[in-house]
Amino acid sequence: MPEIFNMLIASFIPLLFILIYAVVILWVEIKVASHVQDRLGYMYTGGFHGIAQPIADLLKLLTKEHITPANSDKIFFTLAPVLVFASSYAAYAALPFTSTFIAANLNVGIFYIIAITSFVVIGILMAGWSSNNKYSLLGAMRSVAQIVSYEIPTVLSILTVVVAVGTLNLQEICEIQKGGISSWNIFKYPPFMLITFLIYFTASLAEVNRTPFDIPEAESELVAGYHTEYTGMKFAMFYLAEYANMFLVSGIAAILFFGGWSSPFGKFLSSPGWGVFWFVSKGLFFVFLQIMLRWTLPRLRVDQLMYVSWKVLTPISFVNLMMVGLWAILK
Amino acid sequence: MLSEFAKVLLFLIIGVVFVAGALIANRFIRPHRPNPEKSTIYECGEEPVGNPWVKFNIRFYTVALIFLIFEVEVVFLFPWAVIYKELGLFAFIEMVVFLLILILGYVYAWAKGDLEWDKPKPKYTKFEMGEKEVEEVKA
Repeated sequence: MPEIFNMLIASFIPLLFILIYAVVILWVEIKVASHVQDRLGYMYTGGFHGIAQPIADLLKLLTKEHITPANSDKIFFTLAPVLVFASSYAAYAALPFTSTFIAANLNVGIFYIIAITSFVVIGILMAGWSSNNKYSLLGAMRSVAQIVSYEIPTVLSILTVVVAVGTLNLQEICEIQKGGISSWNIFKYPPFMLITFLIYFTASLAEVNRTPFDIPEAESELVAGYHTEYTGMKFAMFYLAEYANMFLVSGIAAILFFGGWSSPFGKFLSSPGWGVFWFVSKGLFFVFLQIMLRWTLPRLRVDQLMYVSWKVLTPISFVNLMMVGLWAILK
Repeated sequence: MLSEFAKVLLFLIIGVVFVAGALIANRFIRPHRPNPEKSTIYECGEEPVGNPWVKFNIRFYTVALIFLIFEVEVVFLFPWAVIYKELGLFAFIEMVVFLLILILGYVYAWAKGDLEWDKPKPKYTKFEMGEKEVEEVKA
């Protein structure tokens, strides 16, 4: 019985982390956006630089009325946010926060994450279809086409890392890169692992619908994409899932290429407590990079989007996989 | 003793319970005053026109089909990648053969213009042309 109790606590820790992180990143995103555009953004709520604004937003969303559009498919309409959040949260089970904390130490870790995050696609399609709205349907279709197209380069670049390390277990992948900055995967097989990382990062931006790949939510043409009709808490759940996904892909990038929880200085500062610090700060760095990119790059067109995925990233990642494979056996 | 996948199930349950709990708790705080005007779908302030379940571009199906082929193939590659270094050169050659077959299909799809969003008009070879197409080319 105490074991199940421990397990319950362990599976709540990532949820707590997501909630705190989402509140912080909401503020950071708006602040980065305003400073990129040479304005100040939130300045009043809570005194210092609008620090309490995300909490005020949260309270507002909590007290908003739910509007279920007429003729919508009510069951799917309610089920969609549940599915989207639950599937992106379940992926956190296999994420090693430090050498001693991983909720479920799966031997197929990375494969499991790829599989479970695919459920997000079904949730998005559900939301778009059940809303009974043209914008929602078009947004959902675009979103699904985009996620599905960029799944191939993402998975191929993950596969390249798996060839290099020879395991699917994320804890073991971190373990291999323990010896400081020089043993990180990104510096192996130069320059192929670097190219792999760039492909992974580009494709993962599209996977989480961030700019320059935010065509599904293109504000100027589709209002808000698949969550046009969502209000209040249901809308907040989509948003929370989006932020959770942002950290998820960043965390995976940190684990696969930048050593995860391992310290960049080898043995120095490498206790489990510091492990959490290294992993979270590496993850947050990539989240910050995603936010910066959002406010610096323009949006792509649909045909350009398909071009980048099928004619640029996929062939390069195939060649990359072969080159790393050849190098690994010749060594 | 819980198995590792039981823990994953626990995560899924917590995810569902969290969202459901938040929505149910929300019920006691938020107002609920629906009226027919409010529950019309949003179409930039206009009265909604026609059926929202519109026909969409056939290209989405093509993308899904190409994706399916690649994804199935990538799933086969995962076990190969894990024991790749133990198998050595044999595994590499085997996989090159496997990939070449797939790449053949990929090149075909590319040449036929199926990877482009605005698919160009089909180009027929001499043998595929009927009389109608010959007329079109002449014109």
